Amino acid sequence: MSGELVVTHNWFVRVVGKLGRNVLGIVSWLGDMASITTSSLALIFAPPWQGRHVVLQLYALGVGSFIIIAITGAFTGMVLSLQGYYTLAKFGSESLLGSAVALSIIRELGPVLGALMLVGRAGSSITAEIGIMRVTEQLDALQMMAVNPRARIILPRIVAITIATPLLVSMFDIIGLGAGYVVGVEMLGVNAGAFTGEMVAKILPEDLYAGWVKAVVFGFLVGSVCTYMGYRAVPTTEGVAKATTQAVVIGSVGILMMDYILTSFFL
Amino acid sequence: MIRSEKLTRRFGDVTALDQTDVSIREHAITVIMGGSGSGKTTLLRLLAALDIPTSGSVWFDGDDLAQVSSKRLYELRARMGMVFQYSALLNSLNVYDNVAFPLHEHTKLDESVIRTVVSMKLEQVGLRGFEHLMPSELSGGMAKRVAFARALAMDPEVVFFDEPTSGLDPISAGVVTTLIHDLTQKTKMTSIVVTHDVQAGLAIADHVILLWQGKVIAEGTADEIRQSTDERVSQFIEGRPDGPIPFSRSTTPYIDDLLHSSGGVNS
Amino acid sequence: MNEYKKIELVVGAFVLAGIISISWMAVKLGQIGGVGASGYALEAVFEDAGGMRSGSDVMLAGVVIGRVSDVVINEESEAKLTLLIHDDISITADAIASVRTKGIIGERYVRISQGGDDTLLQSGDEIEETESAINIEDLVSKYIFSSSEE
Repeated sequence: MSGELVVTHNWFVRVVGKLGRNVLGIVSWLGDMASITTSSLALIFAPPWQGRHVVLQLYALGVGSFIIIAITGAFTGMVLSLQGYYTLAKFGSESLLGSAVALSIIRELGPVLGALMLVGRAGSSITAEIGIMRVTEQLDALQMMAVNPRARIILPRIVAITIATPLLVSMFDIIGLGAGYVVGVEMLGVNAGAFTGEMVAKILPEDLYAGWVKAVVFGFLVGSVCTYMGYRAVPTTEGVAKATTQAVVIGSVGILMMDYILTSFFL
Repeated sequence: MIRSEKLTRRFGDVTALDQTDVSIREHAITVIMGGSGSGKTTLLRLLAALDIPTSGSVWFDGDDLAQVSSKRLYELRARMGMVFQYSALLNSLNVYDNVAFPLHEHTKLDESVIRTVVSMKLEQVGLRGFEHLMPSELSGGMAKRVAFARALAMDPEVVFFDEPTSGLDPISAGVVTTLIHDLTQKTKMTSIVVTHDVQAGLAIADHVILLWQGKVIAEGTADEIRQSTDERVSQFIEGRPDGPIPFSRSTTPYIDDLLHSSGGVNS
Repeated sequence: MNEYKKIELVVGAFVLAGIISISWMAVKLGQIGGVGASGYALEAVFEDAGGMRSGSDVMLAGVVIGRVSDVVINEESEAKLTLLIHDDISITADAIASVRTKGIIGERYVRISQGGDDTLLQSGDEIEETESAINIEDLVSKYIFSSSEE
């Protein structure tokens, strides 16, 4: 009898202990990430100005992601239009198609899908690049040459992707709306005036702000998670591979969680 | 000019370096030797302030590197250079930009002056004319020589070498050791070399520090080390597989493991 | 260096394209700084706004002439709506504003009916004559009440 009690007791202690350890682990992980991100961002005002490197990263991360964003945006708009048409046609409200497509893209799908694509395309390359710099001691070499890797490597990447994301998401939105228009009006025969009229009537400035705020927050999230994972990667080839995978997973899950939080603020 | 005082570094439960006092002589080559896991790389990273000691101090002239502000550390780093084990050339830049990197970062010299300096440094390591190559196009020996040229770019007082000959063919290894020897004499710099290459190390050393299990077990000129009566030292110098430094690193009695009895891994 | 100039140019074009996208959305879709903001504001107080929200249409003769920009409750616990009307549309002082529904279950809009007065409303003026939303439940209960009385 008492033996059983001891067993339950141990089991309970083990589970609670494991839970506590995991929570503490996550908290200290988040703290470490926040400290590296903020200490890097604080260097934005410290000379030397890293503008040239921000431009280079805007090129690599922003311009380099345009094609994938354009393709994703176009197909998102097309499928929304197609799917929305068949749903709305059941209620005889095809005229609402324009506003349905526009609201979905601008408030949700543009920022979320755009950011998810950016984690895969730009975020993974950030983590892999910084991780490899760690493995090959390039980060140490920068230190020895009195160049702070946080200012030179982390800061420009976070800044560049935070700037690039809202720009890319806006392009995603417009391409998506255009593609939705083509499918809805040209292919499915929805009245063009109704499509654009309803779209313009239902989109409020708040919807646009919600989309842009999300885009900026997601961009910053991707930047800080992916730079952090690379910076703290275990300096082996497997370590970098694992860090890259984790960065994409954590970044994607983080985007979806943050999306829920932000949406609940904006509604 | 560089001196460590009761320098200790622990990684979790493992003590990599234990209460070590070393002093590095000016304008000479100090070779730190020891087997794998003897703490020699840890010592080098601590002397170069790439790592923070658990306790103790590293004195660089009047500054304790374990305590200085990061601003002061960056000032001091202008007087140091380092050649890393895997060269650590910045792989986005070609040979010229790699060697010119510290000059671009820390001086306002005219590009024509920088070009002259880079040519001089590359001439010193025998690689003038390779300016346009990317690091990925260089052999291991050439990359190391470029890294050497980069370390010399700011005319440092102290240059650290981490395993300068590892992974190189005998000829390239010979070239690099000769370069370290000749350039130390010519430029009156202070060189600190970490290596497990006994012959190359003893050939160029003015002063040898032998580490074993995080402690200094012998110190002196190359000849003193060769003639040492310490069993551990002669075992290391002659490369005998077994001796006071045991061949077997197993921690449990062999017979216990074979019999699966207590004290083995299963307990 | 030349390479960097080229990159700078491409990045510049990229940022410009992004800013054009943002402004296009702002002006064409959100009408931020567009038609809505350049119009003039009128006020109208209703006993029952029927769930009107900012952004709803304001119509005259079935044509959209502006939007509801704000819905608040005034001191008398009535709904005070701010209507942004296009600059080129003039509303007479005795116009009637009523809350209507597009279709039976459609969304609410404000319908303006012009009066015959010569004086026109200026920015900040109030439309005095208003008709509240027609509440179907009220109509039904009124019908039941009046029929049971007979």
